[in-house]
Amino acid sequence: MDFTFTEEQHQFQDSLQRFVRKDYDFERRRAIIASDAGWSREVWQQLAEMGVMALALPEAYDGFGGGGFDTLLVMEALGRGMVVEPYLATVVLGAGVLIDAGSAAQRQAVLPAVAAGERLLALAHDEPGQRYASSTIATTAQAVDGGYRIDGQKSVVLHGAEADQLIVSARTAGDVRDAQGISLFLVDATAPGVERFGYPTQDGLRAASIRFNNVRVGADALIGTEHEALAVIEKALDRGIAALCAEAVGNMTATIEATVGYLKTRKQFGVPIGTFQALQHRAVDMYLHAEQARSMAYLAAAKLEAPSGERRQAVSAAKVLVSQSAHFVGQQAVQLHGGIGVTDELAVSHYFKRLTMISMLFGDADFHLDRFGQHLAA
Amino acid sequence: MRQLHLSTASEAPKLDAQMVAMATPYAECGMDLNFTPDEQRFRADVRAFIDANLPTAIRDKVLNGKRLSKDDFLTWHKILYRQGWVAANWPVEFGGTGWTAVQQHIFSEEAADAGAPGLMPFGLVMVAPVIMAFGNRAQQEYFLPRILSGEDWWCQGYSEPGSGSDLASLKTRAERVGDKYIVNGQKTWTTLGQYADWIFCLVRTSVDARKQEGISFLLIDMKTPGIQVRPIIMLDGEHEVNEVWFDNVEVPVQNLVGEENKGWTYAKFLLGHERTGIAEVGRSKRRLKRLKDIAARQCGTDGRPLIEDLRFRDRIAQVEIELMALEITNLRVIAAEMEKKAPGPEASLLKIRGSEIQQTLSELLMLALGSDALPYQEAALDAGYDGPLAGPDYAAPLAGQYFNTRKTTIYGGSNEIQKNIISKMILGF
Repeated sequence: MDFTFTEEQHQFQDSLQRFVRKDYDFERRRAIIASDAGWSREVWQQLAEMGVMALALPEAYDGFGGGGFDTLLVMEALGRGMVVEPYLATVVLGAGVLIDAGSAAQRQAVLPAVAAGERLLALAHDEPGQRYASSTIATTAQAVDGGYRIDGQKSVVLHGAEADQLIVSARTAGDVRDAQGISLFLVDATAPGVERFGYPTQDGLRAASIRFNNVRVGADALIGTEHEALAVIEKALDRGIAALCAEAVGNMTATIEATVGYLKTRKQFGVPIGTFQALQHRAVDMYLHAEQARSMAYLAAAKLEAPSGERRQAVSAAKVLVSQSAHFVGQQAVQLHGGIGVTDELAVSHYFKRLTMISMLFGDADFHLDRFGQHLAA
Repeated sequence: MRQLHLSTASEAPKLDAQMVAMATPYAECGMDLNFTPDEQRFRADVRAFIDANLPTAIRDKVLNGKRLSKDDFLTWHKILYRQGWVAANWPVEFGGTGWTAVQQHIFSEEAADAGAPGLMPFGLVMVAPVIMAFGNRAQQEYFLPRILSGEDWWCQGYSEPGSGSDLASLKTRAERVGDKYIVNGQKTWTTLGQYADWIFCLVRTSVDARKQEGISFLLIDMKTPGIQVRPIIMLDGEHEVNEVWFDNVEVPVQNLVGEENKGWTYAKFLLGHERTGIAEVGRSKRRLKRLKDIAARQCGTDGRPLIEDLRFRDRIAQVEIELMALEITNLRVIAAEMEKKAPGPEASLLKIRGSEIQQTLSELLMLALGSDALPYQEAALDAGYDGPLAGPDYAAPLAGQYFNTRKTTIYGGSNEIQKNIISKMILGF
């Protein structure tokens, strides 16, 4: 049992945190999310130069071969500054799928470019009305002319409009809700028939609706085994959840720092409001939630390579507790800030919005409580 | 894994794979939530020993929530004493195990899982570390071996009727007369004081100074004339705590620990000393198992097992997840302890969440019974009871345990006091 990060991991996180603090402050972020693109290629390049993208990629593809805890360190640091650049979409989800299931040729074609910061990926999986049921896929991929023809509609594809390549889930067999018969394809985002409608999300990030109209891809676009993609998708989503848990921990740490700072300086009745016990205990409750969330983020990171049943249990447990904590910490941070907390002016409302969206991505607390609880009936 | 290189000198630090190899390969160690092979072997040894040596009658009482006698506690204490395992938290020089914090954790987890009774903390965990740190040689040589062997049963004399959360306002007086202290006053909430041979007391030796600076730490023989123990019956009908009255009780000055008027410092040392056992993770894991077991045997409203009722299943799942988080937080604190890091607010965190989880579990265990929770059959709490039962055999203790468990958020510094402590650390107010 070892709860210490290595010296190198510490140094890496320190460097990244320093970068986020100095070069990605609230005003810089505000300017970036207000820009047309909604993200900064310059920041992305700087992150690539620091090795952030390469850290968790395999050594054979210009990566450093890091594991779940390296991703955790990155996401926690990015979470502290609410960094909007598409690390989750590109590295955790997109590259993650290729690491798990891509052919050598696919990996070679994509991963080094991701490591260098020259390629953005997006996982086009959610569909309208799917809610969190990961096997509900209506998009089809029909085998034609030695390749496939993809038709269908994807929704809330994180950073889908900015991505260079899309990883698309589509049904190659079976009915809409079948676990079997789902396949994954690597599709150029600019291929004929791909229509993308990008938009900002509530938290200042970007997502897209993507329509596939008679999109033709070759047989080499298939990722992994035909019809058998659900396990790959579920693992990718579990990676995404673990990463989001770490991001939430970074976010909550910053949120609590800001709130504690406010309680110490804001005066009413002639004294700092942090001298009032009702507010002190609320701040302590925020701290308790954040510490328990940190423990569960560690658990999720530790179990990503465990057998799938064990991984699911750990990840769902983490998502339940982190989502609940995210709601509590976010809501109370706003409450303790009073009126200024419900304005756009301070960072706290932005932290709150990001925490809220994190809690709802890839399954909310209720969804994962149910998934976790299934072992009780078995 | 390829090695990773950091330049910390530049403003935008870079990882450069081409740079000269650093001495330590990246991620060779660090972050591993699994126990090491050595720790796993240790666990197996502990488990085998408990399996072979914990008397079945005692184990059955613990697992089924039956009453434990003084003898049951002492029997288990002496078994561990003979094995050299009774003082998990003591250093070897005083006859302890010298175990690491991780080993102590593994031991308590295994003991709880197997249904071993808890070891009484008053001697082993509370007064002994104070005697080791602040007592003189004579006190160490007299008291510590007797605590180890179980010869002396200790109890705690802290709270008073007028001094609960504001403990430093305590009024029990100890006046120095020649080579004796004359003690007058009243202590309360004295857990299992009815069995005790000795009591460690906070007493007021000065009224002139700030209230914290007039307190001393006295060791008092319970057989001394003038001491009276009166039972307090708890809400579950059980005799667990007592009032202890002192009427001109003569205590030799040799029984003062450390310096006069420094007792508050020692008391605080004691409070900060035991950080991780307070979470009661092992015990709660055992209770969770019991809850799942009972919920699978109880019938839900639709005739299916209660555990398949989604509302009840969700409540079990929720507390299980919270317990998982507590367990990892506990391990994080243990790891920090191994690194000799100064205690932060963690002890309070563990106390708050640990006690809340104990309460939730006891509440769900009771709720699982439905109307079978109602019968009060105190005779059925004794092992060997073979009279008529009003409900399932597992039902009799559960409502009482729920009522009794309300104490966990009150004792040891109420959860509200714990929040004040954390607040001081994170807010400074």
